[in-house]
Amino acid sequence: MQRRTYFYAALMLTLVTVGFLVVPVVMSVMAGLTKNFFVGLKSGLTLEWVFRVWELYQDTIWRSMGIALACLAITLIAGVPAAYGLALSKSRWARIFEETLILPVAVPGLAIALALIQTYGGFREFRMSWAFILVGHVLYTLPFMVRSVLAVLSSIPLNEYEEAAASLGANKRRRFFDIVVPNAMPGIMAGSLMVVTLSIGEFNLSWMLHTPLTKTLPVGLADSYASMRLEVASAYTLVFFIMIVPLLIAMQKFGQTGTARKPTQH
Amino acid sequence: MKHTSHFMGLLLLPAGVLVLAFFALPMVKLIVTGASGEEGLAAYWSILTVERHREALIATLLLSALVTLVALIISTIVGVFLVRNRFPGSQILVSLLTFPLAFPGVVIGFLIIMLAGRQGLIGMVSQTLTGSKLVFAYSMTGLFLGYLYFSIPRVILTVMAAAEKLDVSLEEAARSLGASQWRVITDVLLPALKPGLIASGAICFATSVGAFGTAFTLATNIDVLAMTIYTEFTLGANLASAASLSVVLGLITWAALSIARSLSGSNVAAAG
Repeated sequence: MQRRTYFYAALMLTLVTVGFLVVPVVMSVMAGLTKNFFVGLKSGLTLEWVFRVWELYQDTIWRSMGIALACLAITLIAGVPAAYGLALSKSRWARIFEETLILPVAVPGLAIALALIQTYGGFREFRMSWAFILVGHVLYTLPFMVRSVLAVLSSIPLNEYEEAAASLGANKRRRFFDIVVPNAMPGIMAGSLMVVTLSIGEFNLSWMLHTPLTKTLPVGLADSYASMRLEVASAYTLVFFIMIVPLLIAMQKFGQTGTARKPTQH
Repeated sequence: MKHTSHFMGLLLLPAGVLVLAFFALPMVKLIVTGASGEEGLAAYWSILTVERHREALIATLLLSALVTLVALIISTIVGVFLVRNRFPGSQILVSLLTFPLAFPGVVIGFLIIMLAGRQGLIGMVSQTLTGSKLVFAYSMTGLFLGYLYFSIPRVILTVMAAAEKLDVSLEEAARSLGASQWRVITDVLLPALKPGLIASGAICFATSVGAFGTAFTLATNIDVLAMTIYTEFTLGANLASAASLSVVLGLITWAALSIARSLSGSNVAAAG
Protein backbone atom coordinates (compact mmCIF):
# COMPACT_ATOMS: atom_id res chain seq x y z
CA MET A 1 0.00 0.00 0.00
CA GLN A 2 2.68 2.41 1.16
CA ARG A 3 4.92 1.36 -1.74
CA ARG A 4 2.12 2.06 -4.25
CA THR A 5 1.88 5.63 -2.96
CA TYR A 6 5.64 6.11 -3.36
CA PHE A 7 5.42 4.66 -6.86
CA TYR A 8 2.74 7.07 -8.05
CA ALA A 9 4.31 10.09 -6.36
CA ALA A 10 7.65 9.33 -8.05
CA LEU A 11 5.93 8.69 -11.37
CA MET A 12 4.18 12.07 -11.12
CA LEU A 13 7.43 13.86 -10.38
CA THR A 14 9.10 12.07 -13.30
CA LEU A 15 6.35 13.12 -15.70
CA VAL A 16 6.43 16.74 -14.45
CA THR A 17 10.21 16.83 -14.93
CA VAL A 18 9.94 15.39 -18.44
CA GLY A 19 7.25 17.98 -19.18
CA PHE A 20 9.47 20.79 -17.88
CA LEU A 21 12.27 19.71 -20.23
CA VAL A 22 10.19 18.79 -23.29
CA VAL A 23 7.25 21.22 -23.38
CA PRO A 24 9.33 24.36 -24.09
CA VAL A 25 11.18 22.52 -26.88
CA VAL A 26 7.87 21.50 -28.48
CA MET A 27 6.55 25.05 -28.10
CA SER A 28 9.66 26.48 -29.68
CA VAL A 29 9.42 24.08 -32.64
CA MET A 30 5.73 24.94 -33.09
CA ALA A 31 6.41 28.67 -32.89
CA GLY A 32 8.99 28.34 -35.64
CA LEU A 33 6.45 26.69 -37.93
CA THR A 34 3.33 28.77 -37.14
CA LYS A 35 2.29 31.83 -39.17
CA ASN A 36 1.54 33.85 -36.06
CA PHE A 37 2.44 32.32 -32.72
CA PHE A 38 0.37 34.80 -30.77
CA VAL A 39 -2.78 33.83 -32.68
CA GLY A 40 -1.87 30.17 -32.42
CA LEU A 41 -2.03 27.13 -34.67
CA LYS A 42 -5.26 28.32 -36.33
CA SER A 43 -3.23 30.99 -38.14
CA GLY A 44 -1.75 28.09 -40.11
CA LEU A 45 1.58 26.35 -40.55
CA THR A 46 4.37 27.82 -42.64
CA LEU A 47 8.01 27.38 -43.57
CA GLU A 48 8.30 31.12 -44.15
CA TRP A 49 10.28 31.71 -40.93
CA VAL A 50 12.70 28.87 -41.67
CA PHE A 51 13.39 30.39 -45.11
CA ARG A 52 13.85 33.81 -43.50
CA VAL A 53 16.41 32.32 -41.11
CA TRP A 54 18.20 30.67 -44.01
CA GLU A 55 18.32 34.03 -45.78
CA LEU A 56 19.50 36.01 -42.76
CA TYR A 57 21.75 33.58 -40.95
CA GLN A 58 22.95 30.82 -43.29
CA ASP A 59 26.51 32.13 -43.10
CA THR A 60 26.52 31.39 -39.34
CA ILE A 61 25.42 27.81 -40.02
CA TRP A 62 28.22 27.19 -42.54
CA ARG A 63 30.75 28.90 -40.29
CA SER A 64 29.77 26.81 -37.28
CA MET A 65 30.08 23.62 -39.33
CA GLY A 66 33.47 24.71 -40.62
CA ILE A 67 34.76 25.59 -37.18
CA ALA A 68 33.45 22.30 -35.76
CA LEU A 69 35.23 20.27 -38.46
CA ALA A 70 38.47 22.24 -38.12
CA CYS A 71 38.20 21.81 -34.37
CA LEU A 72 37.73 18.07 -34.83
CA ALA A 73 40.79 17.85 -37.10
CA ILE A 74 42.98 19.69 -34.60
CA THR A 75 41.74 17.77 -31.55
CA LEU A 76 42.37 14.50 -33.44
CA ILE A 77 45.90 15.48 -34.44
CA ALA A 78 46.80 16.82 -31.00
CA GLY A 79 44.53 14.71 -28.78
CA VAL A 80 45.02 11.13 -29.97
CA PRO A 81 48.85 11.14 -29.74
CA ALA A 82 48.62 12.93 -26.38
CA ALA A 83 46.22 10.28 -25.02
CA TYR A 84 48.58 7.58 -26.31
CA GLY A 85 51.53 9.24 -24.59
CA LEU A 86 49.58 9.58 -21.35
CA ALA A 87 48.48 5.93 -21.52
CA LEU A 88 52.11 4.80 -21.93
CA SER A 89 53.66 6.91 -19.22
CA LYS A 90 53.12 6.34 -15.53
CA SER A 91 55.39 9.23 -14.50
CA ARG A 92 54.36 12.10 -12.26
CA TRP A 93 55.06 14.57 -15.06
CA ALA A 94 52.55 12.82 -17.28
CA ARG A 95 49.88 13.19 -14.60
CA ILE A 96 50.68 16.90 -14.19
CA PHE A 97 50.48 17.28 -17.97
CA GLU A 98 47.10 15.52 -17.97
CA GLU A 99 45.80 17.83 -15.23
CA THR A 100 46.91 20.92 -17.15
CA LEU A 101 45.37 19.60 -20.33
CA ILE A 102 41.91 19.21 -18.82
CA LEU A 103 42.08 22.45 -16.80
CA PRO A 104 40.32 24.57 -19.49
CA VAL A 105 37.12 22.62 -18.81
CA ALA A 106 37.17 23.71 -15.18
CA VAL A 107 37.57 27.42 -15.98
CA PRO A 108 34.51 29.36 -17.23
CA GLY A 109 34.58 30.25 -20.92
CA LEU A 110 34.26 33.90 -20.03
CA ALA A 111 37.61 33.88 -18.20
CA ILE A 112 39.41 31.99 -20.98
CA ALA A 113 37.97 34.37 -23.57
CA LEU A 114 39.13 37.45 -21.64
CA ALA A 115 42.59 35.91 -21.29
CA LEU A 116 42.78 35.19 -25.03
CA ILE A 117 41.61 38.70 -25.96
CA GLN A 118 44.22 40.28 -23.72
CA THR A 119 47.07 38.14 -24.97
CA TYR A 120 46.29 37.90 -28.68
CA GLY A 121 43.72 40.68 -29.25
CA GLY A 122 46.50 42.91 -30.57
CA PHE A 123 47.15 40.65 -33.57
CA ARG A 124 44.44 42.22 -35.70
CA GLU A 125 44.38 39.69 -38.57
CA PHE A 126 44.07 36.84 -36.08
CA ARG A 127 41.56 38.67 -33.88
CA MET A 128 39.29 39.42 -36.86
CA SER A 129 39.31 35.89 -38.29
CA TRP A 130 37.29 32.85 -37.32
CA ALA A 131 40.56 31.18 -36.31
CA PHE A 132 40.31 33.20 -33.08
CA ILE A 133 37.05 31.45 -32.21
CA LEU A 134 38.54 28.13 -33.34
CA VAL A 135 41.36 28.48 -30.81
CA GLY A 136 38.83 28.85 -28.00
CA HIS A 137 36.86 25.83 -29.19
CA VAL A 138 39.99 23.68 -29.44
CA LEU A 139 40.97 24.50 -25.84
CA TYR A 140 37.49 23.70 -24.60
CA THR A 141 37.02 20.43 -26.55
CA LEU A 142 40.55 18.95 -26.46
CA PRO A 143 40.10 17.57 -22.90
CA PHE A 144 37.05 15.60 -24.01
CA MET A 145 38.94 13.98 -26.89
CA VAL A 146 41.95 13.16 -24.72
CA ARG A 147 39.88 11.70 -21.86
CA SER A 148 37.67 9.71 -24.19
CA VAL A 149 40.64 8.10 -26.01
CA LEU A 150 42.64 7.69 -22.80
CA ALA A 151 39.74 5.85 -21.12
CA VAL A 152 39.75 3.25 -23.91
CA LEU A 153 43.54 2.93 -24.11
CA SER A 154 43.81 2.47 -20.33
CA SER A 155 41.36 -0.41 -20.43
CA ILE A 156 43.32 -2.57 -22.91
CA PRO A 157 46.73 -4.30 -22.51
CA LEU A 158 48.35 -1.77 -24.83
CA ASN A 159 51.90 -2.69 -23.86
CA GLU A 160 51.48 -6.37 -24.73
CA TYR A 161 49.96 -5.59 -28.13
CA GLU A 162 52.82 -3.24 -28.87
CA GLU A 163 55.49 -5.67 -27.78
CA ALA A 164 53.98 -8.35 -29.97
CA ALA A 165 53.92 -5.97 -32.92
CA ALA A 166 57.47 -4.77 -32.24
CA SER A 167 58.77 -8.33 -32.05
CA LEU A 168 57.32 -8.87 -35.52
CA GLY A 169 59.30 -5.88 -36.74
CA ALA A 170 56.69 -3.10 -36.76
CA ASN A 171 58.22 0.34 -36.24
CA LYS A 172 56.73 3.07 -34.04
CA ARG A 173 54.83 4.65 -36.88
CA ARG A 174 53.20 1.37 -37.93
CA ARG A 175 52.43 0.49 -34.32
CA PHE A 176 50.66 3.81 -33.83
CA PHE A 177 48.54 3.55 -36.96
CA ASP A 178 47.98 -0.24 -37.00
CA ILE A 179 47.68 -1.02 -33.28
CA VAL A 180 46.90 2.08 -31.26
CA VAL A 181 44.44 3.87 -33.55
CA PRO A 182 42.24 0.83 -34.38
CA ASN A 183 42.10 -0.19 -30.74
CA ALA A 184 41.28 3.34 -29.61
CA MET A 185 38.55 3.68 -32.25
CA PRO A 186 35.52 3.55 -29.88
CA GLY A 187 37.10 6.33 -27.83
CA ILE A 188 38.03 8.31 -30.92
CA MET A 189 34.47 8.05 -32.24
CA ALA A 190 32.87 9.05 -28.92
CA GLY A 191 35.37 11.87 -28.51
CA SER A 192 34.77 13.11 -32.05
CA LEU A 193 31.00 13.23 -31.56
CA MET A 194 31.54 15.11 -28.32
CA VAL A 195 33.93 17.62 -29.91
CA VAL A 196 31.63 18.38 -32.85
CA THR A 197 28.53 18.67 -30.65
CA LEU A 198 30.24 20.94 -28.13
CA SER A 199 31.81 23.11 -30.81
CA ILE A 200 28.53 23.65 -32.68
CA GLY A 201 26.75 24.62 -29.46
CA GLU A 202 29.55 26.64 -27.83
CA PHE A 203 28.44 30.15 -26.86
CA ASN A 204 30.37 31.60 -23.91
CA LEU A 205 33.74 31.74 -25.66
CA SER A 206 32.30 32.43 -29.10
CA TRP A 207 30.28 35.41 -27.92
CA MET A 208 33.38 37.11 -26.52
CA LEU A 209 35.70 36.13 -29.39
CA HIS A 210 33.44 36.84 -32.38
CA THR A 211 33.38 39.90 -34.59
CA PRO A 212 30.38 41.06 -36.68
CA LEU A 213 31.90 39.15 -39.59
CA THR A 214 32.63 35.93 -37.71
CA LYS A 215 29.30 35.09 -36.08
CA THR A 216 28.71 31.42 -35.28
CA LEU A 217 25.32 29.72 -34.98
CA PRO A 218 24.86 30.21 -31.21
CA VAL A 219 26.04 33.82 -31.52
CA GLY A 220 23.44 34.34 -34.25
CA LEU A 221 20.85 32.70 -32.00
CA ALA A 222 21.55 35.15 -29.17
CA ASP A 223 21.35 37.93 -31.74
CA SER A 224 17.95 36.75 -33.00
CA TYR A 225 16.60 36.27 -29.45
CA ALA A 226 17.37 39.91 -28.75
CA SER A 227 16.24 41.50 -31.99
CA MET A 228 13.94 39.25 -34.04
CA ARG A 229 10.29 38.33 -33.69
CA LEU A 230 9.59 35.17 -31.71
CA GLU A 231 8.75 33.12 -34.82
CA VAL A 232 12.11 33.84 -36.46
CA ALA A 233 14.01 33.13 -33.23
CA SER A 234 12.10 29.86 -32.90
CA ALA A 235 12.71 28.83 -36.50
CA TYR A 236 16.41 29.51 -36.00
CA THR A 237 16.37 27.40 -32.82
CA LEU A 238 14.63 24.67 -34.84
CA VAL A 239 17.47 24.72 -37.38
CA PHE A 240 19.90 24.36 -34.49
CA PHE A 241 17.94 21.40 -33.07
CA ILE A 242 17.96 19.71 -36.48
CA MET A 243 21.75 20.00 -36.54
CA ILE A 244 22.39 18.93 -32.98
CA VAL A 245 19.80 16.22 -32.25
CA PRO A 246 21.29 13.55 -34.57
CA LEU A 247 24.64 14.13 -32.83
CA LEU A 248 22.99 13.80 -29.42
CA ILE A 249 21.24 10.58 -30.39
CA ALA A 250 24.51 9.13 -31.67
CA MET A 251 26.12 10.19 -28.41
CA GLN A 252 23.42 8.48 -26.35
CA LYS A 253 24.17 5.28 -28.28
CA PHE A 254 27.86 5.61 -27.41
CA GLY A 255 26.94 6.68 -23.87
CA GLN A 256 25.41 3.26 -23.31
CA THR A 257 28.80 1.69 -23.92
CA GLY A 258 30.17 4.03 -21.29
CA THR A 259 32.78 5.87 -23.32
CA ALA A 260 31.08 9.22 -23.92
CA ARG A 261 31.79 11.99 -21.46
CA LYS A 262 29.50 14.75 -20.31
CA PRO A 263 29.98 18.41 -21.18
CA THR A 264 30.42 20.73 -18.26
CA GLN A 265 29.87 24.30 -19.36
CA HIS A 266 26.92 26.46 -20.10
CA MET B 1 57.73 -1.67 -23.85
CA LYS B 2 60.41 1.00 -23.46
CA HIS B 3 59.85 4.33 -25.15
CA THR B 4 62.44 7.04 -25.45
CA SER B 5 61.62 10.39 -23.89
CA HIS B 6 62.20 11.81 -27.36
CA PHE B 7 59.26 9.77 -28.66
CA MET B 8 57.12 10.74 -25.66
CA GLY B 9 57.88 14.39 -26.27
CA LEU B 10 56.80 14.02 -29.87
CA LEU B 11 53.46 12.53 -28.83
CA LEU B 12 52.72 15.24 -26.28
CA LEU B 13 54.14 18.15 -28.30
CA PRO B 14 51.06 19.29 -30.32
CA ALA B 15 48.69 19.28 -27.33
CA GLY B 16 51.39 20.78 -25.12
CA VAL B 17 52.04 23.69 -27.47
CA LEU B 18 48.31 24.42 -27.79
CA VAL B 19 47.68 24.44 -24.07
CA LEU B 20 50.82 26.41 -23.28
CA ALA B 21 50.31 29.10 -25.91
CA PHE B 22 46.56 29.49 -25.74
CA PHE B 23 45.73 28.62 -22.15
CA ALA B 24 48.63 28.77 -19.69
CA LEU B 25 50.22 31.92 -21.06
CA PRO B 26 46.92 33.86 -21.45
CA MET B 27 45.81 32.80 -17.95
CA VAL B 28 49.03 34.15 -16.44
CA LYS B 29 48.47 37.35 -18.38
CA LEU B 30 44.89 37.50 -17.05
CA ILE B 31 46.10 37.15 -13.46
CA VAL B 32 48.67 39.91 -13.99
CA THR B 33 46.08 42.16 -15.65
CA GLY B 34 43.78 41.61 -12.69
CA ALA B 35 46.34 43.38 -10.54
CA SER B 36 47.20 46.09 -13.08
CA GLY B 37 44.38 48.51 -12.22
CA GLU B 38 44.58 51.56 -9.97
CA GLU B 39 44.18 49.46 -6.84
CA GLY B 40 46.82 46.93 -7.87
CA LEU B 41 46.65 43.58 -6.12
CA ALA B 42 43.81 44.89 -3.97
CA ALA B 43 41.56 44.45 -7.02
CA TYR B 44 41.35 40.81 -6.01
CA TRP B 45 39.62 41.87 -2.81
CA SER B 46 37.16 44.05 -4.71
CA ILE B 47 34.88 41.05 -4.96
CA LEU B 48 34.39 41.40 -1.21
CA THR B 49 34.86 45.16 -0.70
CA VAL B 50 32.94 46.65 -3.63
CA GLU B 51 29.28 46.30 -2.72
CA ARG B 52 28.02 45.53 -6.24
CA HIS B 53 30.61 42.79 -6.71
CA ARG B 54 29.97 41.32 -3.29
CA GLU B 55 26.24 41.20 -3.92
CA ALA B 56 26.79 39.53 -7.29
CA LEU B 57 29.05 36.95 -5.64
CA ILE B 58 26.51 36.20 -2.91
CA ALA B 59 23.63 36.01 -5.41
CA THR B 60 25.65 33.66 -7.64
CA LEU B 61 26.64 31.35 -4.78
CA LEU B 62 23.12 31.25 -3.31
CA LEU B 63 21.47 30.66 -6.66
CA SER B 64 23.95 27.91 -7.56
CA ALA B 65 23.58 26.22 -4.17
CA LEU B 66 19.79 26.27 -4.44
CA VAL B 67 19.86 24.94 -8.01
CA THR B 68 22.23 22.16 -6.91
CA LEU B 69 20.01 21.18 -3.98
CA VAL B 70 16.77 21.11 -6.00
CA ALA B 71 18.43 19.34 -8.95
CA LEU B 72 19.81 16.69 -6.59
CA ILE B 73 16.44 16.08 -4.93
CA ILE B 74 14.49 15.83 -8.20
CA SER B 75 17.15 13.80 -10.00
CA THR B 76 17.60 11.33 -7.15
CA ILE B 77 13.90 10.57 -6.94
CA VAL B 78 13.43 10.39 -10.71
CA GLY B 79 16.71 8.56 -11.37
CA VAL B 80 16.18 5.84 -8.76
CA PHE B 81 12.55 5.51 -9.85
CA LEU B 82 13.52 4.94 -13.47
CA VAL B 83 16.23 2.42 -12.60
CA ARG B 84 13.93 0.42 -10.32
CA ASN B 85 10.76 0.50 -12.39
CA ARG B 86 10.76 -0.68 -15.99
CA PHE B 87 7.44 -0.13 -17.70
CA PRO B 88 6.35 0.45 -21.30
CA GLY B 89 7.76 3.83 -22.28
CA SER B 90 10.23 4.15 -19.40
CA GLN B 91 13.17 3.98 -21.81
CA ILE B 92 11.66 6.86 -23.79
CA LEU B 93 11.36 8.88 -20.57
CA VAL B 94 15.08 8.28 -19.92
CA SER B 95 15.95 9.50 -23.42
CA LEU B 96 13.75 12.58 -23.06
CA LEU B 97 15.33 13.41 -19.70
CA THR B 98 18.89 13.21 -21.02
CA PHE B 99 18.65 14.71 -24.50
CA PRO B 100 18.93 18.38 -23.37
CA LEU B 101 22.43 17.48 -22.11
CA ALA B 102 24.29 19.46 -24.74
CA PHE B 103 21.90 22.37 -25.27
CA PRO B 104 23.88 25.59 -24.98
CA GLY B 105 22.95 28.09 -22.26
CA VAL B 106 21.54 30.63 -24.74
CA VAL B 107 19.06 28.11 -26.12
CA ILE B 108 18.01 27.13 -22.59
CA GLY B 109 17.41 30.81 -21.84
CA PHE B 110 15.14 30.98 -24.86
CA LEU B 111 13.28 27.83 -23.77
CA ILE B 112 12.62 29.46 -20.39
CA ILE B 113 11.24 32.50 -22.25
CA MET B 114 8.97 30.07 -24.12
CA LEU B 115 7.80 28.75 -20.76
CA ALA B 116 7.56 31.86 -18.60
CA GLY B 117 8.20 34.84 -20.88
CA ARG B 118 5.85 37.53 -22.19
CA GLN B 119 4.33 35.19 -24.78
CA GLY B 120 5.07 32.07 -22.75
CA LEU B 121 2.93 29.10 -21.80
CA ILE B 122 2.59 29.96 -18.10
CA GLY B 123 1.56 33.51 -18.97
CA MET B 124 -1.12 32.30 -21.36
CA VAL B 125 -2.50 29.70 -18.94
CA SER B 126 -2.53 32.11 -15.99
CA GLN B 127 -4.24 34.77 -18.11
CA THR B 128 -7.11 32.45 -19.03
CA LEU B 129 -7.43 31.17 -15.47
CA THR B 130 -7.01 34.28 -13.36
CA GLY B 131 -7.02 37.16 -15.85
CA SER B 132 -3.52 38.34 -14.95
CA LYS B 133 -0.43 37.33 -16.86
CA LEU B 134 2.28 35.55 -14.89
CA VAL B 135 5.70 36.43 -16.31
CA PHE B 136 8.90 35.58 -14.45
CA ALA B 137 11.40 34.48 -17.10
CA TYR B 138 13.42 37.69 -16.88
CA SER B 139 14.09 37.50 -13.14
CA MET B 140 16.09 35.43 -10.68
CA THR B 141 13.27 32.85 -10.79
CA GLY B 142 13.70 32.49 -14.55
CA LEU B 143 17.43 32.09 -14.08
CA PHE B 144 16.80 29.44 -11.43
CA LEU B 145 14.58 27.49 -13.84
CA GLY B 146 17.17 27.80 -16.61
CA TYR B 147 20.00 26.50 -14.44
CA LEU B 148 17.72 23.70 -13.23
CA TYR B 149 17.02 22.85 -16.87
CA PHE B 150 20.65 22.19 -17.72
CA SER B 151 21.47 20.58 -14.36
CA ILE B 152 18.75 17.92 -14.20
CA PRO B 153 19.80 15.79 -17.22
CA ARG B 154 23.40 15.63 -16.03
CA VAL B 155 22.61 14.77 -12.41
CA ILE B 156 20.02 12.18 -13.45
CA LEU B 157 22.63 10.37 -15.57
CA THR B 158 25.03 10.16 -12.62
CA VAL B 159 22.31 9.05 -10.22
CA MET B 160 21.09 6.36 -12.61
CA ALA B 161 24.63 5.06 -13.12
CA ALA B 162 25.11 4.87 -9.34
CA ALA B 163 21.65 3.39 -8.68
CA GLU B 164 22.25 0.58 -11.17
CA LYS B 165 25.19 -0.64 -9.06
CA LEU B 166 23.18 -0.70 -5.82
CA ASP B 167 22.55 -3.98 -4.07
CA VAL B 168 18.76 -4.33 -3.83
CA SER B 169 19.05 -7.20 -1.35
CA LEU B 170 20.28 -4.74 1.31
CA GLU B 171 17.01 -2.87 1.04
CA GLU B 172 15.03 -6.09 1.09
CA ALA B 173 16.88 -7.08 4.25
CA ALA B 174 16.14 -3.76 5.92
CA ARG B 175 12.50 -4.08 4.93
CA SER B 176 12.20 -7.65 6.20
CA LEU B 177 13.58 -6.42 9.53
CA GLY B 178 10.65 -4.05 9.72
CA ALA B 179 12.14 -0.78 8.45
CA SER B 180 9.59 1.59 6.92
CA GLN B 181 10.01 2.74 3.31
CA TRP B 182 11.24 6.10 4.61
CA ARG B 183 13.87 4.47 6.85
CA VAL B 184 15.04 2.32 3.92
CA ILE B 185 15.52 5.48 1.86
CA THR B 186 17.36 7.51 4.52
CA ASP B 187 19.41 4.68 6.07
CA VAL B 188 20.19 2.40 3.14
CA LEU B 189 19.59 4.06 -0.22
CA LEU B 190 20.92 7.59 0.35
CA PRO B 191 24.18 6.59 2.11
CA ALA B 192 24.93 4.25 -0.81
CA LEU B 193 24.31 7.01 -3.35
CA LYS B 194 26.17 9.67 -1.37
CA PRO B 195 29.56 9.74 -3.17
CA GLY B 196 27.88 10.03 -6.55
CA LEU B 197 25.50 12.69 -5.29
CA ILE B 198 28.29 14.83 -3.84
CA ALA B 199 30.35 14.51 -7.02
CA SER B 200 27.51 15.41 -9.39
CA GLY B 201 26.36 18.13 -6.98
CA ALA B 202 29.80 19.73 -7.15
CA ILE B 203 29.78 19.59 -10.96
CA CYS B 204 26.29 21.08 -10.98
CA PHE B 205 27.39 23.86 -8.64
CA ALA B 206 30.50 24.69 -10.68
CA THR B 207 28.50 24.78 -13.91
CA SER B 208 25.91 27.10 -12.40
CA VAL B 209 28.54 29.47 -11.00
CA GLY B 210 30.27 29.75 -14.37
CA ALA B 211 27.14 29.83 -16.54
CA PHE B 212 26.80 32.83 -18.80
CA GLY B 213 24.62 32.10 -21.83
CA THR B 214 21.36 31.57 -19.94
CA ALA B 215 21.70 34.79 -17.93
CA PHE B 216 22.73 36.63 -21.08
CA THR B 217 19.54 35.60 -22.91
CA LEU B 218 17.17 36.15 -20.00
CA ALA B 219 18.22 39.56 -18.78
CA THR B 220 21.19 41.82 -18.71
CA ASN B 221 20.18 43.39 -15.39
CA ILE B 222 20.34 40.23 -13.27
CA ASP B 223 23.53 40.56 -11.28
CA VAL B 224 25.22 37.20 -11.24
CA LEU B 225 29.00 37.13 -11.34
CA ALA B 226 29.27 36.16 -15.02
CA MET B 227 27.04 39.09 -16.01
CA THR B 228 28.99 41.48 -13.77
CA ILE B 229 32.23 40.47 -15.48
CA TYR B 230 30.64 40.91 -18.88
CA THR B 231 29.32 44.40 -18.05
CA GLU B 232 32.63 45.46 -16.52
CA PHE B 233 34.37 44.38 -19.71
CA THR B 234 31.98 45.74 -22.35
CA LEU B 235 30.25 48.74 -20.81
CA GLY B 236 32.73 49.81 -18.17
CA ALA B 237 35.77 48.88 -20.27
CA ASN B 238 37.25 48.09 -16.87
CA LEU B 239 39.71 45.42 -17.92
CA ALA B 240 41.50 45.00 -14.60
CA SER B 241 38.26 44.55 -12.71
CA ALA B 242 36.84 42.10 -15.27
CA ALA B 243 40.10 40.15 -15.19
CA SER B 244 40.33 39.92 -11.41
CA LEU B 245 36.67 38.89 -11.11
CA SER B 246 37.04 36.18 -13.73
CA VAL B 247 40.14 34.82 -11.99
CA VAL B 248 38.09 34.52 -8.79
CA LEU B 249 35.23 32.94 -10.74
CA GLY B 250 37.66 30.43 -12.27
CA LEU B 251 39.07 29.58 -8.84
CA ILE B 252 35.59 28.86 -7.46
CA THR B 253 34.60 26.55 -10.33
CA TRP B 254 37.99 24.85 -10.33
CA ALA B 255 37.79 24.19 -6.58
CA ALA B 256 34.28 22.75 -6.88
CA LEU B 257 35.31 20.50 -9.76
CA SER B 258 38.41 19.32 -7.89
CA ILE B 259 36.15 18.13 -5.10
CA ALA B 260 34.00 16.29 -7.62
CA ARG B 261 37.02 14.67 -9.27
CA SER B 262 38.70 13.58 -6.06
CA LEU B 263 35.43 12.04 -4.85
CA SER B 264 34.60 10.22 -8.06
CA GLY B 265 38.25 9.14 -8.18
CA SER B 266 38.12 7.49 -4.76
CA ASN B 267 34.77 6.07 -5.73
CA VAL B 268 36.25 4.31 -8.74
CA ALA B 269 39.14 2.97 -6.67
CA ALA B 270 36.74 1.60 -4.06
CA ALA B 271 34.67 -0.11 -6.72
CA GLY B 272 37.74 -1.62 -8.41
